[in-house]
Amino acid sequence: MSYNQRQHEGVSIIELSGEIDLSQSPIARQQILGVIESGQDLLVDMAAVSYIDSSGVASLVEGYQAARKNQRQFALVAVSNSAMSVLSLARLDQVFPIYASVDAYFQQDD
Amino acid sequence: MNATLHQPVIEIDKLVTHYGTTEILHGIDLEVHEGEIMIIMGGSGSGKSTLLRYLLGLGIPTSGSIRLLGQDITRCDADAMYQLRRNMGVAFQGGALLSSLSVVENVMLPLREHTKLDEKTMRIMARMKLEVVNLGGYEDMMPAELSGGMIKRAALARAIVMDPKLLFFDEPSAGLDPVVAAELDELILRLRDAMGMTIVVVTHELDSAFKIADRITVLDRGHILITDTVTALRASDNERIQSLLNRTPSKERLEADAYMDRLTAG
Repeated sequence: MSYNQRQHEGVSIIELSGEIDLSQSPIARQQILGVIESGQDLLVDMAAVSYIDSSGVASLVEGYQAARKNQRQFALVAVSNSAMSVLSLARLDQVFPIYASVDAYFQQDD
Repeated sequence: MNATLHQPVIEIDKLVTHYGTTEILHGIDLEVHEGEIMIIMGGSGSGKSTLLRYLLGLGIPTSGSIRLLGQDITRCDADAMYQLRRNMGVAFQGGALLSSLSVVENVMLPLREHTKLDEKTMRIMARMKLEVVNLGGYEDMMPAELSGGMIKRAALARAIVMDPKLLFFDEPSAGLDPVVAAELDELILRLRDAMGMTIVVVTHELDSAFKIADRITVLDRGHILITDTVTALRASDNERIQSLLNRTPSKERLEADAYMDRLTAG
């Protein structure tokens, strides 16, 4: 797994890529919680995620919960079909704010 | 699903096992492909539980080999087996939950054993799996407070908490009412479809087997009678397979000499 972080219109965007498994999810978790704790809104761009396991999804859950607690925005964007299957299994597709793309998120805000 | 497109993730070759001096499995050959749901069926004493035990690495066979995810478990060392177990989940027939731990602590056990994940992450993962098996909200209950169906579902949650590549499920429907049994069947299908798991189910429940199987292997007295699709199984003219499918008692001719030897040996 690798990640890239950027800013767009005052929102932090973390672009995750590759496999987010048991060995890699702690890194993703640290990045996500770091952004939320610094008081920023966060988009997690999952377009380049080839695989995500339950530990990766748990990190997203923890990030979303921290964002809600801090009254920050949190959303997933460009979730692949395979990642969506994993989210759907625990019905989390009905919980996370999910957008087709980063652009779709900002258009929605307009 | 077309299993032939996928690599075999379980390869059993000429497996012979003994219990004491009695030969139980007489040279079993079986392949299970990635993403396949394979049902192992057979009556009492057919050897299906023995086969599962050896698939889990819980016994040393007399001869033959068992390759799981490319690794021969009859020859690998303890460290390799430990690594392999990270990719295996097992839901035992009786649940095998630890009675002194709550449901969620039971589900978290493999994570504590195999990972160094943050406590919060582990707890969320366990709760997610409890949601998957429809036990959300029951996490603080103790095993003794659960019904039979709930114990099986909790055991399944624990078996899948690490997102294993291989899932073994021993008698998922045994002792359950038909509605709960059907729910577990649906769950097995969803797990395969969402996670791409390869799933081996040992059962003698025909309805369940026919509903979820990609292929079924029928064991009889330590031999494999057939390994094929549900359609092929139904079309088979083998007497013992039809006897199993139609739930009729075996009417094979008694082997008088062997029978007398058993009664009078020693």
